[in-house]
Amino acid sequence: MAGVKTDSGTITYREAVAEGIAREMRRDPTVICLGEDIGPAGGVFKTTAGLFEEFGPQRIWDTPISEQAIVGAAMGAAMTGIRPVAEIMFSDFLACCWDYLANEIPKVRYMTGGQVTVPLVIRTANGGGLGFGAQHSQAVENWALAIPGLKIVAPSTPADVIGLMASAIRSDDPVVFFEHKGLFASKGPRPPEGHHVELGRAAVVREGTDVTLLALASTVHTALAAADRLAEDGISAEVVDLRCLIPMDLTTVLASVAKTSRLVTVEENPYQAGWGATVVSVVVDEGFHLLDAPVRRVASANVPLPFADALENEVMPTADKVVAAVRSVANF
Amino acid sequence: MTTADLAAAAPTDRAEHHYELLRQMLRIRRFEERCVQLYSATKIRGFLHLYIGEEAVAAGAMAALTPADAIVSTYREHGHALARGIAMHSVMAEMYGKATGCSRGRGGSMHLFDAATRFYGGNAIVGGGLPLAVGLALADQMADRPVVTACFFGDGAVAEGEFHECLNLAALWHLPVLFCCENNLYAMGTRIDRAHAVTNLAARAAAYGLSAVDVDGMDVLAVETQTRAAAEFVRAGHGPYFLEFRTYRYRAHSMYDPDRYREKAEIAQWQQHDPIDALVRRMRGDAELDDDALARLDAEIAAEIDAAVQAAEEAPLEPIEDLTRFVYAESRSHDG
Ligand SMILES: Cc1ncc(C[n+]2csc(CCOP(=O)(O)OP(=O)(O)O)c2C)c(N)n1
Ligand SMILES: [Mg+2]
Repeated sequence: MAGVKTDSGTITYREAVAEGIAREMRRDPTVICLGEDIGPAGGVFKTTAGLFEEFGPQRIWDTPISEQAIVGAAMGAAMTGIRPVAEIMFSDFLACCWDYLANEIPKVRYMTGGQVTVPLVIRTANGGGLGFGAQHSQAVENWALAIPGLKIVAPSTPADVIGLMASAIRSDDPVVFFEHKGLFASKGPRPPEGHHVELGRAAVVREGTDVTLLALASTVHTALAAADRLAEDGISAEVVDLRCLIPMDLTTVLASVAKTSRLVTVEENPYQAGWGATVVSVVVDEGFHLLDAPVRRVASANVPLPFADALENEVMPTADKVVAAVRSVANF
Repeated sequence: MTTADLAAAAPTDRAEHHYELLRQMLRIRRFEERCVQLYSATKIRGFLHLYIGEEAVAAGAMAALTPADAIVSTYREHGHALARGIAMHSVMAEMYGKATGCSRGRGGSMHLFDAATRFYGGNAIVGGGLPLAVGLALADQMADRPVVTACFFGDGAVAEGEFHECLNLAALWHLPVLFCCENNLYAMGTRIDRAHAVTNLAARAAAYGLSAVDVDGMDVLAVETQTRAAAEFVRAGHGPYFLEFRTYRYRAHSMYDPDRYREKAEIAQWQQHDPIDALVRRMRGDAELDDDALARLDAEIAAEIDAAVQAAEEAPLEPIEDLTRFVYAESRSHDG
C-alpha cells in the first residue's frame, strides 16, 4: 500500500508527524489536513509524506499561500464537527494569520457561551539553529502562551509526536502543535498502535536530586546533555520535559522542585516573555518554601535571530549555558 | 536613455546597451552557479533560492529605473540586488554571513538590503514586501518626488491577502508603485493553476483599477521597454502599474526542494527560450558581439566572482560582542 510507512521498530520525528496524523485519520473520517504543499509534495519538511497517497485529495488539501484562509477555513470546518489539522509551514508565519489565532479561534466558544467547539490542530515547524535567518527560525511557543483559549503542545521525541498528536486531534479545543525543525531527523522507538499521551502531563525524562532542569521540545536534549556533563561534576540533575505549555503540568514541576530545591528553565523562545517566566512565577508563588537558591532561566537572547552561524549560536540555549547556570546556583 | 532614444540611437550606443544587459544577466547567472558550488562546499548555509532562468526580469527592469527609485524584493533576490548595483563582494559576503556583507551577516541570502541604492530588501515572508512598497511610495508622493517604487514578488504571493489590500490601496491613493510580478508558474511545488482560480494575474490586477499588462519575461529587451513605459506612466503621476513577467525558474525552489512536481521536458522547453542565449543570438546576428568580446566578458565576470569569493573568505565575522547591536536605534531619539 502506498501511504505512510508502518514498518520498522524505529521512526524519525519527521515520520512520526505523518504517522501520528495517519493513525487518527484511519480511525476518524472527520480528520482532514490542509496546508501549503502538504499533498503530493509531502510538505517542505516531508512531515506529511504519504498522507495524500493514502487519503486522497478530499482529505488532504493543498492550499495556495493563504495562511489566513487556511486557519480560518479550519476554524469554520471545525465548528461543524470536522477535525482539521492545518499546517502553517514555519511558525514565523503564524504572525500572518494571527488574527485567527488571537481573535477568532480561541474566543468563539467562550464568546458564544459554549455553543460551539473548535476541535482543530494548527501544526507548525518551530525553532532555530539551522541558519534560516530571522523570519524562518524563531521559537514562538510563547506567542501562543499569551492567548487564553489555545492549547500548546511541543514534543521532544518521535513517540511523543505520535502520542500527543493523537490527543491534540481528539481534543475538543484548538491546539497549536509545535514541531521542532532541529529534531526532524532524530530517531526513537515507534510506539504501538493506540499510543496516546494526555495533554498536560509532563515527563520526568531523567531523575536527579540536586537541580530540576525544566525543558521543552529541542531543549529537552540540551538539558539532557547538560545533565550528563553535570553528573561528571557530581551534580545530579533531574530533567523534566514539559511537553505542553497549556495545559501546564505544574504539579509535576512543583514535585520535582520539592525534591531538588533548585530550578533552571531551558527555553528556546526569547528570554523576554518566555514560557519559563510563567512557570517561575507560579513556582515562587506556590513553592517559594521549596527553593534553596534563586531560579535561573536559560533562554534565547532578546534579538531577532541573526543569520551568521556564530551569532545564531550565541543566541540559542546550549548545554554550556545550562551547565553554567546550574553551577551558579549549585552551591548557593 | 528612453526607449525612443534607443530606437534612434547610433548603432554603437545600441550595441553597448545590449552588451550591458547581457553583462548583467551573465553576472547573475554565473554568481548563482558559483553559489551552488559554495553551498555544496557548505560555505553558504541555510536557504538558497536561485533565480537562474529569470535573469531577464531583473536585468531589464533595473535598466529602466533610476538610482532615485526604490526597490522591494523577495527571498529570491540575488538577481535584483546585483542588477540594482549592490557590489557583488558585499552580496557574496552576506551569503557567507560575514561582517562585510550588505546586512553585516545578520540577514543572509534572503535578507539582502542596501539603503544606499534604495534596495529595501529581500523579504522571507511571501507577500511581505508589498505593504512596505506602498509606504515607500506614499512617502515619495507626499514629498512630491518623481520616484517609483518597484516591488517584486512571485505568482504565489498573489494568493496572500496583503496583495489585495496593497493593490487596492495603491490604486485608491494613486501611489507611484510599479508592481512587478514574476510569474514563474510555480510557488514551491504548486503549479499556478492549482493555486489560483484565475491564472491571468494581470487581469486580476486590472480588476483593482490598475493599469496592467503581461510581458515576455524571457526577453530582456521586452522587459526593459515595458518597464520603462510603465515607470514613466507611474512617474507622471498616473498611479500604480502592474507588470506580469512571464518567466520560469530552471532550478528547484531552494536547495531543499527535490523538484519532483514538474517534467524535465518542461524545463528543457523553457531553456530553449533562454534569455541569455536569445540576446547573444540577437547581438551576433546584428554584428554587435563576436567570440572575442564574449570571451572577454566571461573572463571579466569570472574575475569579479573570484574576487568576491576571495574577499568573502577573508572577511571577518561580526564580533560576538555586537550580537545585540542594531536591535534598537543607537542615536538618542526624542524619548531617549
Ligand atoms: C507567508 C509565507 N508563507 C509561506 C512561505 C513559504 N514559501 C516560501 S517561498 C514560497 C513560494 C512562493 O512562490 P512565488 O510567490 O511564486 O515566488 P517564487 O518562489 O516562485 O519566486 C512559499 C510558499 C513564506 N516564506 N511566507
Ligand atoms: Mg512563483
